[in-house]
Amino acid sequence: MTSYSEYTEYTVGEPIQDERAPSGPVNERWDTRRFQAKLVNPANRRKHTIIVVGTGLAGGAAGATLAEQGYHVVQFCYQDSPRRAHSIAAQGGINAAKNYRNDGDSIHRLFYDTVKGGDFRARESNVHRLAQISVEIIDQCVAQGVPFAREYGGLLDTRSFGGVQVSRTFYARGQTGQQLLLGAYQALSRQIAAGNVEMHARTEMLDLIVVDGRARGIVARDLVTGRVSTYFADAVVLASGGYGNVFYLSTNAMNSNATAIWRAHRRGAYFANPCFTQIHPTCIPRSGDHQSKLTLMSESLRNDGRIWVPKAKGDTRPPAEIPEDERDYYLERIYPSFGNLVPRDIASRAAKNVCDEGRGVGPGGQGVYLDFADAIARMGRKAVEEKYGNLFDMYERITAENPYEVPMRIYPAIHYTMGGLWVDYDLQTTVPGLFAIGEANFSDHGANRLGASALMQGLADGYFVLPSTINDYLARNPHKDEVDASHPAAVDAVRETEDRLARLLAVDGDRTPDSFHREIGELVWEFCGMARTEEGLRKALDRIPQIREEFWRRIKVPGTGEEFNQSLEKANRIVDYLELAELMCLDALHRAESCGGHFREESQTPDGEAARKDEEFSYAAAWEFTDTGAAPVLHKEQLTFEYVHPTQRSYA
Amino acid sequence: MKLTLRVWRQKNPDTPGAMATYELDGVSQDMSFLEMLDVLNEELIVKGEEPVAFDHDCREGICGACSLVINGDAHGPERTTTCQLHMRSFQDGDTIDIEPWRASAFPVIKDLVVDRSAFDRVIQAGGYITAPTGSAPEAHATPVPKADADYAFEHAECIGCGACVAACPNGAAMLFTSAKVNHLNVLPQGSPERETRVLDMVAQMDAEGFGGCTLTGECATACPKGIPLFSITAMNKEWLRATRKVKR
Repeated sequence: MTSYSEYTEYTVGEPIQDERAPSGPVNERWDTRRFQAKLVNPANRRKHTIIVVGTGLAGGAAGATLAEQGYHVVQFCYQDSPRRAHSIAAQGGINAAKNYRNDGDSIHRLFYDTVKGGDFRARESNVHRLAQISVEIIDQCVAQGVPFAREYGGLLDTRSFGGVQVSRTFYARGQTGQQLLLGAYQALSRQIAAGNVEMHARTEMLDLIVVDGRARGIVARDLVTGRVSTYFADAVVLASGGYGNVFYLSTNAMNSNATAIWRAHRRGAYFANPCFTQIHPTCIPRSGDHQSKLTLMSESLRNDGRIWVPKAKGDTRPPAEIPEDERDYYLERIYPSFGNLVPRDIASRAAKNVCDEGRGVGPGGQGVYLDFADAIARMGRKAVEEKYGNLFDMYERITAENPYEVPMRIYPAIHYTMGGLWVDYDLQTTVPGLFAIGEANFSDHGANRLGASALMQGLADGYFVLPSTINDYLARNPHKDEVDASHPAAVDAVRETEDRLARLLAVDGDRTPDSFHREIGELVWEFCGMARTEEGLRKALDRIPQIREEFWRRIKVPGTGEEFNQSLEKANRIVDYLELAELMCLDALHRAESCGGHFREESQTPDGEAARKDEEFSYAAAWEFTDTGAAPVLHKEQLTFEYVHPTQRSYA
Repeated sequence: MKLTLRVWRQKNPDTPGAMATYELDGVSQDMSFLEMLDVLNEELIVKGEEPVAFDHDCREGICGACSLVINGDAHGPERTTTCQLHMRSFQDGDTIDIEPWRASAFPVIKDLVVDRSAFDRVIQAGGYITAPTGSAPEAHATPVPKADADYAFEHAECIGCGACVAACPNGAAMLFTSAKVNHLNVLPQGSPERETRVLDMVAQMDAEGFGGCTLTGECATACPKGIPLFSITAMNKEWLRATRKVKR
């Protein structure tokens, strides 16, 4: 076990570059790339097997589309059904540059907003492609029967969202993610019935099999029987989501985890910008130590709700008794032109600041009000109900307070991870044949994701980007040999996995998996959460190896590996969090600037906004794994901006 | 609060199960029901006992994974998912019975975890609109009357948790199946497959071993998403219409 001082002494390796995006005008690059990409003859596609891990928006869309194209898809999810992937919980909406509102929107504006919103840490080529594809996604989803909100004339309704001034967000009440996911799930179901997709539910990927430098398969555990097996393919697609659960308390599902991407990282895929994590400003505050997860209230609520705290510190009067002139609508005050619709990172930090000043509300002072009194007076209760009814109901179920009468209390929580596996324009990682799509990659959101853009990216990657680019890989890399379970690389990967599980069961210590998860989560939330300092990050880096050491000494996992064993599943995921947390903190330490969701207290403007340092840090940090606890190697991908000139973001 | 929990424990599908009793102290009103079970499981692990297995994931009431019969009611006393049920619905000193969904089409895997893959196969039989990626016309090419869009949405809200089946004295899956049929059949995009959809889905539903419907309405009462009972009569109408129209 190494100490932090060794871990932080990372080396800087060769720069890394995306070599797939063509040059030329940004709006022609995707067409050019699709034309350059080699195709696989339809008759040959059925000879190719593609593994897809995950069935959320990205994975579900990719699995269905690849199967429609004629490939043989073998797909996995840890849930009991592909319909339950956590994309289902996305509430607010999906962006698309349709300009149905005639409010000045365009593909270029969506591109511009996304690059700017990401605080100039994303690749222009990728973001422009995303904006282009956005319009096709809406068409596709409508054709599948996704019941988007509509106007009385029968046309689609849109609403506005944080960080933008146009109304480009399509929605299905507060359940947009659910409806989009069911669309993808239904398309996938059609392919399962047709025999084109071999679906393995309740099966979790535990390792990647790399043969002769190429991804050729995975090791997966059947969560019902406990059996560890190998699966082989010509390419592997990871659509396993983000790593927000490293924080223990997050808006992720309880079982969302980082194992697929972390094991791929250990097998050679670079991990980019792990410190770019997003804190969502509107979550329900925690109510006590028993808290197991945090629940998000859609950001769309900020369209009509007004955020405020009392002007005076320690004002404990009920909200109704605080007169108008003693309230501080701080977002409207500090950012008059965007008001309550500033981007997520800014809204979150502002909430933290007023709470740090002692003006927070609710138990522990860790909350701010989100007030709908004005909206109800303006639109009427019925209209508010129509727009946000299910969110209000959810809030009331959790808090036992009626938000039609008492303002909601909200507080920021970890919600999304912009970082992920490094991918090129084709969404291929640094391991040939291994692709990463959706939240699992780092590609489109830079240092901060705009609201309603995750659904857009997941579906763009799954329906349109990957199915075009993976052809090129398959056509150019006809595999020479069949690989099976007897291949040394497969034997090794299985043995390592089985050893790890056996070791977890053998420790028989005195601490539960959750207790370790909570400990590592609280540590990263404190030191690598909403605000980060060199001192704090070094503390965390000092502590993580100790927790890891203690974990392997004291973990207790009851039962056996040959059965349905949820404690073993959890413990095995924590093994990976204990390494990923370390890389997150190192990345945050090395990036001595503030940008987007990464706020280093040492780097701020006089009025407390994030101050970027473009000369030093205008790059994506792609980390190469060396060994557990050993210093990784940093590869920098320099970012160039030809179309959107980096400026200090201003939402004032 | 101090509670007595009587929990169904079953090692695997082949071993008979039984209720086991646990005393749990220090339960807070603000805990969700699943957080209360987390506390129990933490205690069990430290004592060297096997924790209670139960399905859960999003804990926001939308993924449909959680599935407990609490004091005889699917998802417990409130009209919500188990994960959104809070301990303020119970009193200090209560005895709470916790069981898995019980239906012949949902075999128990372990403790409170059941196999609901039959639902996936019902959807695979026709619960989709055939629209391969890339083939879609412009979204505004076909306006959908708001009333139809709202009707579709109301049925599309189903989370596939299976509470309807668990609550039904016959173990029927009519509400689940009808929710998807109604969602897709009312939309212009869904109309080309309108007849085959309902016929194939109902046939699959029967093949999976779900019971017959006697319109007792327990399903709609248990449904955490409020899928209405008329959904079933609307599907029956669709089915009759389809059998007359399609010669099979």
